[in-house]
Amino acid sequence: MPSCLSWLQNRSLVSTAGLYAFGLSSDAINLLSVNQSAKALFQAMDSLLSPEGDSQRTQYPYVTGTSVIGIKYKDGILMAADMGGSYGSTIRYKSVERLKQVGKHSLLGASGEISDFQEILKYLDELILHDNMWDDGNSLGPKEVHNYLTRVMYNRRNKFDPLWNSLVIGGVKNGQKYLGSVSMIGVHFEDDHVATGFGNHLARPILREEWREDLSFEEGVKLLEKCMRNLLYRDRSAVNKLQIAKITEEGLTISQPYSLKTFWNFAAFQNPTVGAEGSW
Amino acid sequence: MFRNQYDTDVTTWSPAGRLFQVEYAMEAVKQGSAAIGLRSKTHVVLACVNKANSELSSHQRKIFKVDDHIGVAIAGLTADGRVLSRYMRSECINYGYTYESPLPVGRLVVQLADKAQLNHKACGVAARPVGNVDGIPFTPGSTFLTLKSHFTCWQVCTQRSWKRPYGVGLLVAGLDESGAHLYYNCPSGNYFEYQAFAIGSRSQAAKTYLERKFENFTGSSRDELIKDALFAIRETLQGEKLTSSVCTVAVVGVGEAFNILDQATVQALINEFEISGEEGPANESVAEEAGGDAGGAAPTEAGAATEQETAPMDI
Repeated sequence: MPSCLSWLQNRSLVSTAGLYAFGLSSDAINLLSVNQSAKALFQAMDSLLSPEGDSQRTQYPYVTGTSVIGIKYKDGILMAADMGGSYGSTIRYKSVERLKQVGKHSLLGASGEISDFQEILKYLDELILHDNMWDDGNSLGPKEVHNYLTRVMYNRRNKFDPLWNSLVIGGVKNGQKYLGSVSMIGVHFEDDHVATGFGNHLARPILREEWREDLSFEEGVKLLEKCMRNLLYRDRSAVNKLQIAKITEEGLTISQPYSLKTFWNFAAFQNPTVGAEGSW
Repeated sequence: MFRNQYDTDVTTWSPAGRLFQVEYAMEAVKQGSAAIGLRSKTHVVLACVNKANSELSSHQRKIFKVDDHIGVAIAGLTADGRVLSRYMRSECINYGYTYESPLPVGRLVVQLADKAQLNHKACGVAARPVGNVDGIPFTPGSTFLTLKSHFTCWQVCTQRSWKRPYGVGLLVAGLDESGAHLYYNCPSGNYFEYQAFAIGSRSQAAKTYLERKFENFTGSSRDELIKDALFAIRETLQGEKLTSSVCTVAVVGVGEAFNILDQATVQALINEFEISGEEGPANESVAEEAGGDAGGAAPTEAGAATEQETAPMDI
C-alpha cells in the first residue's frame, strides 16, 4: 500500500487530491513525504472540505428573527414583526426591534441573522447620511433603497459571504406606495403584500384571500394581527410580543410592543400529537 | 505675443489673485463654435453650431446624449468634452444600476465640477488618486462596501490630462424629480443653473436674444423652445444662412427622453418658422406678445430686421 501511495503522489496533484477518496486523513498522507505543492493543496482542501476550517464566512446564522409581514393599504404601508431573537431553537431575546426607519420615506423589516441586520442598518445609515449631505432637495425613496439592498445582498452572496436575512422594504414617496422584498441571495420583487420565512407559508395565503387595495388602517392592522396570531400558533420561533409600523406620506410611526389575545384551548392544541404515529 | 510671468502652470497665482491657466481654459470655450440651451418648466432644448475643420471633413459632434434624462452640448476642446461626457454616462449608468432610478441632474453637475477642481489639485504634489485599478472607472463591489460611490468614482476617473484644466464648457440639460434643468459647467470648476444660456464664439448675440425673451420660456411648449433655440443659433451665425446642416438640436422633457433631432426634422422646423416669421406676426403674437410688444421699440426692430433678412432662406 505505501508504495502504491507514493506512486500515486508522484503523478500529479489531481491524484494526491484523490487520496482523500481513499479515506486517508491529511496527517497520514503527510507521513509519506509529500512534496511542497501537494502540502499547499492539503491546506487549501482542509478549509474547503472540513465543515468549519478557518473560514471567515457566515456559514449559518446564530441569533435570528422570524417572519416579517408587510402590506399596502389605503394610505401607505403597514408592517408587522414580532420581537423574538432565537439562538438556534432557544428563544434567547425577547425585545429585538426588527422594524426600522430608513431615510424619510422608507421602512425596513428584517428576518434572519440579527447581527447582519444591524450591519445592514449601518450601511443604510451611511447611505442616507451621504444622501442628505448633498442638501439639494433630492432624497432616496423606498424604490432606491430596495434596489440598493438588492445589490448589496447579491454582491455578498456572490462572495459566498451572504448577509443572512430576508428583508421587507416599504415606503411612500411622491404619493407612490412601494412594497418589496429581498432575500439573502438577492432574489427581489415587489408586491401588494409580502412576507418572509414562515410567513410565506402561513400569512400569504390569508393575505391572498383577504387583502384589498382600499384597506383602511384599522382593517390593515386587523389583517396583520390575524396573520401574526396564526404564526404565533404554528411557528415555534414566534413570540407574543410584536410591533406594527405604519408609513404614509405624512411620516412613519412604529407602535409600542404589544401582545395578541390567544386561545389555546382548541382540541388540536390540547394534545397536538394525538394520532400522529411515532411522535411523543 | 505678450508674456506673462504667472501663467506657466495652474498652481501659480498672480499677485492680483488670478489663475491665468484657468482663464485661458475659459478662453478656449469662447473659441469653440457656439452652443445654446434654454428651458421651460417641462422641457430643455440644446442647440449648437456645427463647423467643419476643413472643406473636406465633416464637423465634430457637439451634443451628446448622456442618459435618457440628461444630455450635454459642449463648446471648446471637443476631446475634453468627449472625455467628460463619457464620465457622465458612466456615472448615470452606475447610479441606475445601484438605485434603479435616474441620477439627479444637479448631482451629476456637481460631480462634474468637482472633476475640474480635482484636475487642478492633481497638479499639486500629493493629490494623485490612489489605490484603484487604472482604466476601471467603477467597481460595484467597492461601492457597496464603502457606500461612497460619489466620492470614489471621480478620484478614479482622473485622466492623463491632469496637468491642465479642461478646455471645455458644458451645457448640461436634464430632467429629474424637481423638473427640467439647464446648467453651465465652466473649466474653472464653477457651475451655474440657467433659464437660458449660450457659450462659444459669437454667443453674445445669442445671449442678447435669449435675454430679451427668457421671461416667456417658463411656460413655453416644446416646439416654442425649439423655435427660440433656432432663432438664438441664427443670431450667432451673423448673416450666414441657417440650415439644418450647420446646426444640431436636441430635446429632453417630460415624457420625452433626450434625443437629437434628425436633420430632416430640423430643416422642416426651420422652414416652418421662417414662414411664420415672414407672414404672420399676427400668428406669432399669441406666443410672443410679451416679448414682441413689451420688449421696447429698439429690440423689436432688431428682431424684425433679422427675421426679414433671413426670409429668403425659405426655398
